[in-house]
Amino acid sequence: MDIRVQNAPFDLGVETNAFTARQSHMGAIVTFTGVVRDTPDGALDKMVIEHYPGMTEKALAEIAQQAMYRWSLGDVLVIHRFGDLRPNDLIMMVATAAPHRADAFQAAEFLMDYLKSRAPFWKKELTASGADWVAAKEDDETALERWTQN
Amino acid sequence: MEVLYFAWVRERIGLPRETVETSAATVADLVEELRAREERYAAAFADLSALKVAINQELVDWSTPLEGALEVAFFPPMTGG
Repeated sequence: MDIRVQNAPFDLGVETNAFTARQSHMGAIVTFTGVVRDTPDGALDKMVIEHYPGMTEKALAEIAQQAMYRWSLGDVLVIHRFGDLRPNDLIMMVATAAPHRADAFQAAEFLMDYLKSRAPFWKKELTASGADWVAAKEDDETALERWTQN
Repeated sequence: MEVLYFAWVRERIGLPRETVETSAATVADLVEELRAREERYAAAFADLSALKVAINQELVDWSTPLEGALEVAFFPPMTGG
């Protein structure tokens, strides 16, 4: 398990290759990457991500541990950035390694669903017309329900 | 105890954290005390359904007792990922 919360950018290719290289007996690697999405009119100047140092690392480790417990996984990687980001910058990534793909896919989705609404990060979008905190979506909460129903 | 504010809660109150002396029994009681302080606190805590709270870095409910709380944090629903 590798959990990193950082301001610095990360290299998706380097991280994916390093994660893959350190596995053994794993037939499937799934990665997800979150990217700063520009507004439809291309007006996003930057995205500022705030977090709760200490709780963030604990919450991410707890979510990753739940995934390890729930699926047959060899390893989990979570990298999440904070600070000032520009459109197209990578915000975060998760990677899962499993003997077979179903576990790797499901665990990656589970990690993303929980991370979105249980890890203490907050996004603010700055455009020429002002600054707005991104509101949590109701969908984000309902996404968690399917993991508690079975 | 240390009380921490994040995102727009921090902006409305104008502080990232402060030390609070309180005899409040629960999180809800602490919120009442803070609301009574000044308008900026009342504004930040106007709608508790728009807020979450953590004690010692674990999410809790408004009715949770403050016993053993070293750090209480108030913030809007998270938007990670």
